[in-house]
Amino acid sequence: MSVDLDTVRRVAHLARIAVDEAEVAKLQGEINSILGFVEQLGEVDVSAVEPMTSVTPMVMKMREDAVTDGGYPERIVANAPMTEDHYFVVPKVVE
Amino acid sequence: MNAVVRTAKPSQLIRGATGDWEIVIGLEVHAQVNSEAKLFSGASTTFGNDPNSNVSLVDAAMPGMLPVINVECVRQAVRTGLGLKAAINRRSIFDRKNYFYPDLPQGYQISQYKNPIVGEGRILIDMPDGETIEVGVERLHLEQDAGKSIHDQSPVYSFVDLNRSGVALMEIVSKPDLRSSEEAKAYVSKLRTILRYLGTCDGDMEKGNLRADVNVSVHKPGTPFGTRCEIKNVNSIRFIGQAIEYEARRQIGIVEDGGTIVQETRLFDPGKGETRSMRSKEEAHDYRYFPDPDLLPLEFSQDFVDALAAHLPELPDEKKARFVRDYGVTPYDAMVLTLERASADYFEAVAKGRDAKAAANWVINELFGRLNKEGKGIEASPVSADQLGAIVDLIGDSTISGKIAKDLFEIVWAEGGDPRAIVETRGLKQVTDTGAIEAACDAVIAANPDKVQQAKAKPTMIGWFVGQVMKQTGGKANPQAVNDMLKGKLGIE
Repeated sequence: MSVDLDTVRRVAHLARIAVDEAEVAKLQGEINSILGFVEQLGEVDVSAVEPMTSVTPMVMKMREDAVTDGGYPERIVANAPMTEDHYFVVPKVVE
Repeated sequence: MNAVVRTAKPSQLIRGATGDWEIVIGLEVHAQVNSEAKLFSGASTTFGNDPNSNVSLVDAAMPGMLPVINVECVRQAVRTGLGLKAAINRRSIFDRKNYFYPDLPQGYQISQYKNPIVGEGRILIDMPDGETIEVGVERLHLEQDAGKSIHDQSPVYSFVDLNRSGVALMEIVSKPDLRSSEEAKAYVSKLRTILRYLGTCDGDMEKGNLRADVNVSVHKPGTPFGTRCEIKNVNSIRFIGQAIEYEARRQIGIVEDGGTIVQETRLFDPGKGETRSMRSKEEAHDYRYFPDPDLLPLEFSQDFVDALAAHLPELPDEKKARFVRDYGVTPYDAMVLTLERASADYFEAVAKGRDAKAAANWVINELFGRLNKEGKGIEASPVSADQLGAIVDLIGDSTISGKIAKDLFEIVWAEGGDPRAIVETRGLKQVTDTGAIEAACDAVIAANPDKVQQAKAKPTMIGWFVGQVMKQTGGKANPQAVNDMLKGKLGIE
């Protein structure tokens, strides 16, 4: 598997990372070398192995349905660059 | 699955310039789970609080915060699955669905992709013509709701409130089994009824607690399905119908003009009654799902499922069947009576020990009619089941006529009180005294010799005479007795 220049641009855009056009070719080389490295794993037959999503042999902890948190809007918006009446204020994103 | 593909009835086809077109519809319904706290945090799910007050640091996606699942949301999803006669998956996986939007602080929605908590099920929908259609449910999965963006407060900024962020949703995906806007509307109504019976979602569409993404495609009957478009976030049953009608015709127009349908996401504009493209969201379709490393697989025992199944309430289809069987009401009346659990309970209280058909008639035609007119729910009915039951009794034992019963209903509606006492104190009892009825008949006949002549030639004129006698007796005469007596006196067979 390898990526072309357009795929590099697209991945950068999806991740919202600004990439200079000059860097695209260099990143393509880096990504393709990583993909080539990872592809070696394909040599191992794992068809009978269940995918591992966690390394801990335990069941998921669950929480009872009770309100135990919230009620501090000033803390929620404390780091926001712009706020008003405890709303986050962001550049217009209307469809 | 090798289920038979449903085909539309001829009346459901849309006539185009090149022939008839069949619509294929599938629905993704997002139902907010009834719970106190959110899916993965301890913040409240209450609607309408001050901005960002029902938000924990988990919901705001502060660094280092970890999600812990709310067991009640899991129970609600399982209950819903059981109610949809669906397969319950005792092991399911949460995945991250990645996209950027200001009201999604994590940068991803925690959802379930390949391994949902509930698998295939079915919903029976009742059409107005009496037909019952089985619609397949593809799956149900748990996921987080996003926050809310407000765009009308400023020309250059959007305001973001995360109160809804992290509230549990059930996404219920139908199979593409629906063939008309009427069927789609009936499906959502029925699903809403089931959820409300189960108590797993309040179904309040005005608050956005139930909303649908509508997938629509068109094709010529017998040919492969066409390319579908998805209409996002339609929040009323009426709009779902309008969006489908518009979208199907738009697609037919494009294909018949030689164009092709591009798979895309569209929005329904209720003001204009049309759908339009949301092109800016197209690239967002690359969601790059992967299992959420913060969450272990969701696993529970069969005992957990069985305990929930044991306490499931009687569901609308079962209740409907029981009403038909035990009370002898028509399937249509049973369907109307079971739309809401509270209505069904009310009917049963009225029908118990009485003429159930009369009870159904009064509940549906008089009570529901009046409640609808006033925009009231059954819980706010000024006439209790006991009061309506007494009215039905008074007609049943011929104490009052059907016409007087309607007046009595109005009095009880407006003033309350015991219907029996009202009948006594206001002298509403039916006149069964034949002497009094005869006198009234004679008076009307004597006063209208011309009409008497007409009636001999045209026997249906008797209706006019009955009306006059009823008027004379203040509606208290037994109409059948009046009818019989007039027939004799006018010499009508």
